[in-house]
Amino acid sequence: MTKVGEPLRAFFEAEVDRLLDRLYGTALRMTRNGADAEDLVADTLAKAWIKLPELKDRQAFEKWVFRILVNSFISARRKKQARPREVTAEVQCGEDSFSLFETVHQPFLLWWGNPEQELLNKLLREDIEHAVEELPEEFRLVVIMVELWDLSYAEAADALDIPLGTVRSRLARGRSLLQRMLWRQAGEAGIAACNAKGGPR
Amino acid sequence: MTQDLRCEEVIDKLLEYLDRELDAETEQALAHHMATCRACFTRAEFERKLRARVSETGKAKAPDSLRRRVRAIVEHY
Ligand SMILES: [Zn+2]
Repeated sequence: MTKVGEPLRAFFEAEVDRLLDRLYGTALRMTRNGADAEDLVADTLAKAWIKLPELKDRQAFEKWVFRILVNSFISARRKKQARPREVTAEVQCGEDSFSLFETVHQPFLLWWGNPEQELLNKLLREDIEHAVEELPEEFRLVVIMVELWDLSYAEAADALDIPLGTVRSRLARGRSLLQRMLWRQAGEAGIAACNAKGGPR
Repeated sequence: MTQDLRCEEVIDKLLEYLDRELDAETEQALAHHMATCRACFTRAEFERKLRARVSETGKAKAPDSLRRRVRAIVEHY
């Protein structure tokens, strides 16, 4: 077992203090469940603590620990179920390039004033959380990496051990699906015209 | 001098632009277009705001039980 010296321990505690809420929030979006998110973060930080003496560049702590989070999530998921979660029928039916903006921003809806801003204002945080959580895992992870953790495509490719082009295509597809789900939710909440082009049937 | 882009080209590259994944020259060309094209600017603002809203979903309050577990890790390993 590696012994961690006092300065390194203070560093770790300060960084964890700074990042814990964000790690937990990310884990919630990944696992979609509070207890699992808590286990995932605790497991991640236990690994990070043990490996800490190996971390050469302290500036890199944030991305390093996020990477451990992703790896822990993926390996826990593999243990739990050999097969990744089924892509739901709802998600499968959409084409690759759904755009919320183009759907809302149409001449015949313009009497509304600023429909896309209106839509943004009315989307509840929980709608968006739900939409992120509903994304199939392969898309969800890249969206979380790029939009929640500001990772570059190259960093995401590295963390997931997939080619850069795959990151690009999963991100494009993930965002398209996300926007489609948000549009559906907007329609369900009665704040968008359901029969508009590209909307839910 | 930056070359002139068509709106479709701008929209096509918009998300990579917002992710800061474009090379400097292309990025500048898009910024230049956006400064003069209201339609693309509006679209970019929408995508930017939506991205910010999605990003907010990564923020949550870690429960005290998790804080206690983390303290225990540091104490006992
Ligand atoms: Zn334009």
